[in-house]
Amino acid sequence: MLTVQALHLWRGDRHVLRGVSFTLDAGNCALLTGRNGAGKTTLLRAIAGLLEPEEGQVLWRGEPARKTRDTFHTQLAYLGHEPALKGDLTGRENLRYSVGIRRPVIAAEIDAALTRTGAVEFADRQVRTLSAGQRRRIALAGVLLANATLWLLDEPTTNLDANGQQLVAEIAAEHLARQGLIVAAVHHSLPLPPDQVVDIELAA
Amino acid sequence: MSWVWFHRFGSPPWVYGFARRWAPWFGGVAAIAMLVGLYGGLVLAPPDYQQKDAYRIVYVHAPSALLSLMIYTTMAIAAAVGLIWRIKVAHAAAAACAPIGAWFTVATLGTGMLWGKPMWGTYWAWDPRLTSELVLLFLYFGYMGLRAAIEDPQKADKASAVLAIVGVVNVPIIKYSVTWWNSLHQPPTRLIGEADMAGNMVWPLITMFGAFGLYFAAVFLVRLRAELLRRERNASWIREVLT
Amino acid sequence: MKSDEYTVAWLVARRDLRLAFRKPSQLIQPLMFFMIVATLFPLTLTPELSRLRDAAPGVLWVGALLSSLLALEFLFREDAQDGTLEQFALSGQSLTWMLFAKTCTHWLLTGVPLAISAPLAAGALGVPLSAMPALVAALLLGSFAMSLTGSISAGLTLGARRGGVLLSLLTLPLAVPILVFGANATQRAITGDDIAPPMYMLGAIAVLGATLAPLAAAAAVRIGLE
Repeated sequence: MLTVQALHLWRGDRHVLRGVSFTLDAGNCALLTGRNGAGKTTLLRAIAGLLEPEEGQVLWRGEPARKTRDTFHTQLAYLGHEPALKGDLTGRENLRYSVGIRRPVIAAEIDAALTRTGAVEFADRQVRTLSAGQRRRIALAGVLLANATLWLLDEPTTNLDANGQQLVAEIAAEHLARQGLIVAAVHHSLPLPPDQVVDIELAA
Repeated sequence: MSWVWFHRFGSPPWVYGFARRWAPWFGGVAAIAMLVGLYGGLVLAPPDYQQKDAYRIVYVHAPSALLSLMIYTTMAIAAAVGLIWRIKVAHAAAAACAPIGAWFTVATLGTGMLWGKPMWGTYWAWDPRLTSELVLLFLYFGYMGLRAAIEDPQKADKASAVLAIVGVVNVPIIKYSVTWWNSLHQPPTRLIGEADMAGNMVWPLITMFGAFGLYFAAVFLVRLRAELLRRERNASWIREVLT
Repeated sequence: MKSDEYTVAWLVARRDLRLAFRKPSQLIQPLMFFMIVATLFPLTLTPELSRLRDAAPGVLWVGALLSSLLALEFLFREDAQDGTLEQFALSGQSLTWMLFAKTCTHWLLTGVPLAISAPLAAGALGVPLSAMPALVAALLLGSFAMSLTGSISAGLTLGARRGGVLLSLLTLPLAVPILVFGANATQRAITGDDIAPPMYMLGAIAVLGATLAPLAAAAAVRIGLE
């Protein structure tokens, strides 16, 4: 469903992505590994369409993602380094707006997602007052609520304790079981069944 | 078949070679044309019955003004081509245009001020044409400032392209400001056909238009070469060219 | 099933309004700045009201422009820094439309209060009561146009160093027509002339800005997010 073809990308003078290619089918997860600066974030952003590659293309369901950008984005959930939350709003309010802009969502759904990611206790405090790990749990609830087929996760376990890391592995496995796709940049591997995982190592 | 020659313009080595070959020619012909035009305008053309000899500044002022507008338009078109079709050479061309255009705008404003004193009694007036020409200068500065402030070269190219395109709306405002509003600046002067200017005053002016245009072409090609060298410094074709 | 445009615009607007009311100091600052500019001029120029009146249109409109530039800082910057602007670009909805909603909300929060409180400053500059309605109307239109043109430069300077100064430099050329017609309208209102011509021009600029500026701003933001 997702095909990355011979992607070349320069950031300034640095040739960051050198001909990256892979195919990902439904129910599979691509794990991007590599040292800092190898281009994991760049690749994720290029797949998401935030960066334009100099050469190569990204195909989603057989169509170039650039051509069907808005439709592609409705099927995509991107979790970057920043949890993308407004500090002056509560977690619940943040989700109401960020998810509501994508699709109509009701309070019960938000509650369910927050419960799943263990964020319900602090969902009504202003995000400013939360720890980094708590913010990430709210952001993960947002990913669940997006109803997206493809998840692009940039180091999803950052700032999370052992419970949190297990949570990420669980919801990732659940997503794959629902025939979803994941492309994740990770430092340590995610505990997923090996036959569902495609390992992609990026060289700096 | 017709697309083949067009594609060359997108190839940095070809454009570099073209610029290196042709810049001296443009420069040489420009110099000759300027000498001829200046001689015709400053020596041969008769004094104006109203302004006497003060009008002669038109031979520098009018071509500068035309170039300031033409270069901005060229810059905006090159930037648009670079943005839409993602052609690196187009972005390099836009970057090369900007400082030249800015200087011509300064020249326009400067010569205009020198002319304004004898003609209107003041160096400056806030009338539509002068104000919008000043705005053009700010647009050039903004363009160059934006380029300088963005670290990533591709981002700088694209962001300044958007600015150039947005600012192009100012060009028709400058051109038509003297017909749309009551302006202190004189309305357009017809040069051919039912001319408002005497024949022996017109040909040096047209020659100067051509000379300035050729001069721009020469300087532009030199700057373009420098831009290409800077952008492509890690490319293999550069090493071949420099040996 | 996507949310429809009206829901999107409404949510974006409500989000920004809610954020603004949780940190009201951000809104007060541009307004205070305008008041300071307007009061400094009488202090430095002359206390004679009749002479101040001549300078009033210029002072008021330059003050409004400077205040607007200050306010533009918080149109996109925070959203760009915390990653929420990126999520807008990835939402599958029209970024142009969302930025238009943001800009309109920004104007409601900065331009409208400025226009409404302008009579205070104008009175201190000797502007007669009869000219106040026209002044407010012109400032409403003019500040709307300034928010729109400012959204373009705010988008362009997202990826730039020391963006604040550059923002002013980039907004200035596009803001000149607004200044010219706005000050002209205020001048005519003071002397009792017909204000229709400059008001029509302000309206035209506002309409043109409303249709084209969000497009340019969206293009600029996408480039800035790269």
